Amino acid sequence: MTAKIQLIGVKKRFGSKVVLDGVDLTIEKQSSLVIIGGSGTGKSVTIKSILGILRPDEGTILVDGEDITHINGAARDRVMKKFGMLFQGAALFDSLAVWENVAFGLIQGRGMARAKARDIAIQKLATVGLTEDVAFLSPSELSGGMQKRVGLARAIAADPEIIFFDEPTTGLDPIMADIINDLIISTVRDVGATALSITHDMVSARKISDRIAMLYGGKIIWAGPTGEIDHSGNPYVEQFIHGRAEGPIKMAVKA
Amino acid sequence: MNPFASIGRAVLTVLAHIGRLALFTARALAGIVSPPIYTRLILSQMIRIGYFSLPVVGLTAFFTGGVLALQIYLGGNRFGAEAIVPQVVVLAVTRELGPVIAGLMIAGRVGAAIAAEIGTMKVTEQIDALTTLATNPIKYLVVPRIVAAVISMPILTAIGDSIGVMGGYAVSVYSLNFTGYTYLKNTMDFAHQDDITSGLIKAAVFGFIVALMGCYNGFNSKGGAQGVGNATTNAVVSSSILILAADYVLTALLFHK
Repeated sequence: MTAKIQLIGVKKRFGSKVVLDGVDLTIEKQSSLVIIGGSGTGKSVTIKSILGILRPDEGTILVDGEDITHINGAARDRVMKKFGMLFQGAALFDSLAVWENVAFGLIQGRGMARAKARDIAIQKLATVGLTEDVAFLSPSELSGGMQKRVGLARAIAADPEIIFFDEPTTGLDPIMADIINDLIISTVRDVGATALSITHDMVSARKISDRIAMLYGGKIIWAGPTGEIDHSGNPYVEQFIHGRAEGPIKMAVKA
Repeated sequence: MNPFASIGRAVLTVLAHIGRLALFTARALAGIVSPPIYTRLILSQMIRIGYFSLPVVGLTAFFTGGVLALQIYLGGNRFGAEAIVPQVVVLAVTRELGPVIAGLMIAGRVGAAIAAEIGTMKVTEQIDALTTLATNPIKYLVVPRIVAAVISMPILTAIGDSIGVMGGYAVSVYSLNFTGYTYLKNTMDFAHQDDITSGLIKAAVFGFIVALMGCYNGFNSKGGAQGVGNATTNAVVSSSILILAADYVLTALLFHK
């Protein structure tokens, strides 16, 4: 069986700063992988490379066995329809109402009629626990937690095969974070999607993942089932999951 | 410090900017001619760019026409040529001041707004979000603004031209003792179709410049609030300079005999 997403030797640098230095990663169909790692270790760059927002300097990215590293235009649009993404800051379009945000991919990406897309949007908002009256508000009228929910509804609106979560619980209180975690688990399971998340919140990582991979120094230094992370035997992983200042990982104070 | 290194670095930065702008322009032009075309967005941008700019363009055109009439009168007075006011006003307004003043006003009003809006979308990852929703940000954000600006600017300028002439008329008739009939007759007899058309062609080009520079600077803004502020400043400054430079080139081309 071909993996849903496969990264082979992906490298990316900005000027003289090497961010990804040969990332190899495999995500099986309908599994949930979480990439952990400190700030500035290239977690976002990894996701943006898969999405084609950034182009890797070297290496190959396969989705369903298809090489998407260098595709453009219509071919890129076709592949993008497999993806949904929840952004760290929700990244809702503030010029559009909540329902238009959720329905955006359906209307613009797939040319669905607005009335039908609105019904689906309201239904998806219900999935993430938001009522119909929220649909007609502007995103700026919502709290951070509600914006995250709307972002989640937008990510799943077109029933994507692959969903990315960028720091889904960052900036939320612990209770709201847990609600978002539960929503991620249930929505991913209901849609039958493959999930890739990046986070440094270990509580969230343990809860939403089947497998965990740790990114450090531009490489995946450990990957395994979630249950085994406490017995990784890897000093870098040990230091990270226990949040110790002392250890082999030296945090760069300057970016 | 090696002085050659810093000179080289500055040259490379400038070249990189020019290259990036050229690529961006090419992508925008390719977006204009290939489907999908977002007609709804073009219309809503035309309202924002064109319709809502009417007051500021109208006011500046009126005062420009008025002060022009006064200056020509006072200048012409030195060699007994006061009567030439209507002819010079209509020529200056339709050929030069109408499109240039409208262009500069639009650069300040619309170019800044475009850069700030797109820059904010960039730093809050809304542009990345568009990509993940299978929507090309160039086609969704840049093309409608450019098309709307290119269509709106000649219309705005045509209105501004008329108001500018009326400004000259108002000053001449109410303060310089011209008769209204003579003023308008001289204006109509003297103005050629070419004067007006050349001004409207300039206006369309200025509209393109303003929208393009607004979008380009917005798309390339980095960091947070400060980055968006820089993008806004750069959009206004660069489009104003480009408008004046393009004005010269266009004048030389359009009136090349």
